Amino acid sequence: MTRDEWDAALTERHGKALHERFSAGCAAVCGLGGLGSNIAIHLARAGVGQLRLFDFDTVDISNLNRQQYFPDQLGMEKTAALAQTLRRIAPYCKIIAQTVRLTPENIPVLLQGIPVICEAFDRADQKAMLTETVLTQLPEACLVAASGMAGLDSANAIRTRRILPRFYLCGDGQSDIADGMGLISARVAVCAAHQANMILRLLAGESEP
Amino acid sequence: MVKVNGAALDADGMTVSALLAQEQYDEKRVVVECNLEIVPKAQYAETILHDGDTIEIVSFVGGG
Repeated sequence: MTRDEWDAALTERHGKALHERFSAGCAAVCGLGGLGSNIAIHLARAGVGQLRLFDFDTVDISNLNRQQYFPDQLGMEKTAALAQTLRRIAPYCKIIAQTVRLTPENIPVLLQGIPVICEAFDRADQKAMLTETVLTQLPEACLVAASGMAGLDSANAIRTRRILPRFYLCGDGQSDIADGMGLISARVAVCAAHQANMILRLLAGESEP
Repeated sequence: MVKVNGAALDADGMTVSALLAQEQYDEKRVVVECNLEIVPKAQYAETILHDGDTIEIVSFVGGG
């Protein structure tokens, strides 16, 4: 598949204007678990031109119930494993994957200049840390975060809200992994799709959830 | 009165820290915005709420 064939196929599906916006778009995915691995795949399939991936972890057998990894990738760094899969899906997407733990100190440096940032961590305190740091230290960036997708409640409880002009929050806001509810692929993927859709809307120039 | 997540609370003169404690939020899991500006965690103890302020407390839950 040549670059021209890829562009022609996506232009036919999305129209020229939208394909040009997605192609020129760049988004960061912070955390490559059940949310982040699904989000990155949605963005790559849509033809987003550049993806910046951040995670410090490796692929574990306990991830396979909901995260977009394969048994032959067990033990690999998630950044490398997901980049491998994304290159199969979208070979012309520019992928920059960094194996690093994001902190209040390195976030302003590592995420500098990225217009749309996606919070896809699993721990609540880390979600709050990334959100506060991005919104206070990176005044140009939009943030799409997630809270509440555990268990098997209705998928209809998951929605996208605009909390601040640059801060969007997806999820049901309540279902906590700490309450003993497991994370189940379908409901996590619903939340991931909300986040991916909001990111694509932002890249398309839309600002409402 | 101070509007907190849509509800009017008698929180004039309280700090953000005191409000979070009273409402039983875990400081580490929240993001607080006051009148559409994020309040950094380092300023919770010294940020005093005033009559008419609108506060949104986003409390994250785990899972991802």
